[in-house]
Amino acid sequence: METFLGYERPDGSTGIRNYVAVIPSVACANGVVAAIARAVPQVVPLYHAHGCGRGVEAMMHSNVLANLGKHPNVAAVLVVGLGCEVIKAENLALAIGASKKPLEYFNIQEVGGTRKSTARGIGIVRRMLADAALLERRRFPMDRIIMGLQCGGSDAFSGVTANPSVGLVSDWLVDQGGTVILTEDTEMIGTSHILERRACNPDVAGKIAKMIVDAEQLTHDLLGPLAPFVISPGNMDGGMTSIREKSLGCIVKAGSRPINEVIGYGEIPTRKGVILLDGPGYDMESMTGVAAAGSQLMIFTTGRGNPIGYPIVPVLKVASTSPMYEQMADDMDINAGVILDGAPMQEVGQRITDMVKRVLDGEQTKAEMNQQEGIVCIYTLHPAF
Amino acid sequence: MAAQVIIIHPRDNVAIALRDLKRGEELLLPDGRLLKILADIAYSHKVSLENIPTGVAVIKYGEIIGEAKEPIRKGEWVHKHNLDIGDKKMQP
Repeated sequence: METFLGYERPDGSTGIRNYVAVIPSVACANGVVAAIARAVPQVVPLYHAHGCGRGVEAMMHSNVLANLGKHPNVAAVLVVGLGCEVIKAENLALAIGASKKPLEYFNIQEVGGTRKSTARGIGIVRRMLADAALLERRRFPMDRIIMGLQCGGSDAFSGVTANPSVGLVSDWLVDQGGTVILTEDTEMIGTSHILERRACNPDVAGKIAKMIVDAEQLTHDLLGPLAPFVISPGNMDGGMTSIREKSLGCIVKAGSRPINEVIGYGEIPTRKGVILLDGPGYDMESMTGVAAAGSQLMIFTTGRGNPIGYPIVPVLKVASTSPMYEQMADDMDINAGVILDGAPMQEVGQRITDMVKRVLDGEQTKAEMNQQEGIVCIYTLHPAF
Repeated sequence: MAAQVIIIHPRDNVAIALRDLKRGEELLLPDGRLLKILADIAYSHKVSLENIPTGVAVIKYGEIIGEAKEPIRKGEWVHKHNLDIGDKKMQP
């Protein structure tokens, strides 16, 4: 089995980065978190828009935030709460505490406002950063890696060049004993029978079928008569005859190995191999689901060129065509468009695999170099109250 | 020389055009077969690699993407006019 250089966490998980994260338990705490991050730019602030005003989704949002705190790429966590929100800083800290990593929390209302809270936070994260800097990378087997898969800003060649090449990387990682996460339900519509066939047992096959039926129903509920345009006229003009054909080009990212588990948004896989995550097609919210599931890195294929990264997860960008790769060279890591110029897919797959290994060992992706962290967007299904 | 078409999976009976193909031109496929193009086929669209009788599966990514609505000759354009995708609900 191949190895990578990572940081072992107290719960036995292994990170490929060593961040100190500052997590607001509610959006009202974003200002204090931002003030701490301005003063100590080495920390990673996980800004988000939630934490209160939600009914049934509060638990899911709480799980997402807790899992981002428990994430193996995070060495230590400061949770900043307001005091009167639904997702309490104390409860969030309790959940993150299961990972036994260095962790502190406080509420702005109890500390006495913005300035005092900022000063307290600065002191805490400085100590955390000093401690985290003492941790050293060691070699670990590749089966500790969870790799998230994402495609965004797709074009007619995403499913021809970039995604099949990434499928080879997925097969490599699964054969190493590792885990890959495929999500974006709407991009599985029409392929249920194919994914079910790959399920490791009838129970998983049933979950796959239900997930995709629900995704199709939700698409009809939300979009009504526009639902069929999930495959858009532009897709048709681009040569796609059906949603299945488009979806085949998406699911090929996950390679060809058996599917061992279906997990919900905000959940962490309990098995290795290929995992399906029940989540939306919207990239920003999808990436949060993939990150909260514990993916240490993500591969993001793109045809039109999307520069976005993720705050605590290195995101490796694979371009589907050479013109876009050249147009957005600052943001793209690998050009799968060379396949259109005659390069063998195996060769591009190997190139991506080699880069994945370097990124695991510490090499920065373009999104990391560009500090394309963005904010944490979290899936919602109902309006706030 | 740049590839003219790409065959994604060895089982596929269609390929993807990597440039606009003109009726009458002959292509050398990556596996050495010759393919005479029977219609003008746009960049990124599908071209049949075999004679596909009515009702027979059209395969891309090694998976069935539909059935031939009518006999599709080798070298023909494959799209909604001659490919039955079955599921009408998700068809615009």
